[in-house]
Amino acid sequence: MIREFGPIDVLFLVGAIRWTVLLTLAAFAGGALIGLLISVMRVSNVLVLQAIAVCFIQIIQGTPLLVLLFVFFFGLPIFGLPVLPWIAATAAFSIYAGAFLGEIWRGALQSIPRTQWEAGGSLGLGFAEQLRWIIIPQSVRIAIPPTVGFLVQLIKNTSLAATIGFVELTREGQMTTAATFQPFTVYITVAFFYFLMCFPLSQWSRTLERKLHVAA
Amino acid sequence: MSYTFQFRDVFASWPFLLQGLGTTLYLSTVTMLLGLAIGVAGAAARLYSGPFLRSAVGAYVEVIRNTPLLIQLFIVFFGLPSLGLRLDALTAALISLTINLGAYSVEIVRAGLQAIPKPQIEAGHSLGLSGVQVFRYIIIMPALKLMFPALASQFILLMLATSIASQISVPELFHAASIIQSRTFRDFEVYSAIAVLYLTLALTLRGVFATIYKLAFDQR
Repeated sequence: MIREFGPIDVLFLVGAIRWTVLLTLAAFAGGALIGLLISVMRVSNVLVLQAIAVCFIQIIQGTPLLVLLFVFFFGLPIFGLPVLPWIAATAAFSIYAGAFLGEIWRGALQSIPRTQWEAGGSLGLGFAEQLRWIIIPQSVRIAIPPTVGFLVQLIKNTSLAATIGFVELTREGQMTTAATFQPFTVYITVAFFYFLMCFPLSQWSRTLERKLHVAA
Repeated sequence: MSYTFQFRDVFASWPFLLQGLGTTLYLSTVTMLLGLAIGVAGAAARLYSGPFLRSAVGAYVEVIRNTPLLIQLFIVFFGLPSLGLRLDALTAALISLTINLGAYSVEIVRAGLQAIPKPQIEAGHSLGLSGVQVFRYIIIMPALKLMFPALASQFILLMLATSIASQISVPELFHAASIIQSRTFRDFEVYSAIAVLYLTLALTLRGVFATIYKLAFDQR
């Protein structure tokens, strides 16, 4: 049965947006935890931890996200987990986001002058306390614009979850195409919805960058 | 963990994977060259042309950078035929990847050109350098040095992103892997094998770009 692409299909697509958003948020939450750990390992004084963090970032940033997704999808049963697209997608996107956020936040942490660490040390603070009370509060403002920028990348890349059968905006678009056979109209609409999500974030990231740059 | 890893079937299909790797390299190289050309032309248009062309390039950059590459591929490969433009998968992939990389390159090149302070250009003129000399020594070389690292990492991201072309059946590395997977059912093995291949390629590219940077810009 082929039917015309109509308002009802647009509604289906709008409904699928929430899965794109949910996947993005889940991946961002997981990625933030991993990223925080990785960035702190990078600025720690323990050589082994630094090396592990560097390797992690190099490996994840040097592998296509699509491959990462498939490795997780087909790797799940090896660890006795069920082959569910949402588990694989959340895990793969969290790891991916963790590597990129880890690198962004490392840059922010390292941009704080060495003397700030030393000042904390001379006040008797330990590594964790220096990080918590002196370094992180100062580096947050530097980290925010690129973090928002990365969120745009993350939203766009969740479209790849469609390839393992996770029904979000792109997958819904594929199914709508199969039913209506109007790929041009459907995919332009899908692209428009992605644009609606990403463009404001891109602009916001740029505004933040300008504002925080001037204030510094 | 009762899973037995079997890489034998994957290694038996080695030539097939290499063939895919060849297509990946071809896609990446052509796209990098064309994308860079678009980047330079677009940045020049954004900085030095009239208001109409300037906002047209601006719109192109924003639209492409705020929509997923996968959807761009689908529009070119599945969507354009309904407007009467039928492309084979490889051409469609080349076009979408180039358009995609072009948008990112415009921004990188523009930022590089804009980073050269105006007084420096004026200083060049007042030293009696000709317009060409100013462009050659004061604008292009320092700007290239500034934009090179960003361009290099964008190129590596692009190389990794060519894997997405498998979704419109371009016979590159990822596509070769999915064919081996459907023949042998050694899914985890084949995908981790190509993960290693992509990683090697990415690290090699990084090394190549670092060497170029050293040779071209570190002249002390």
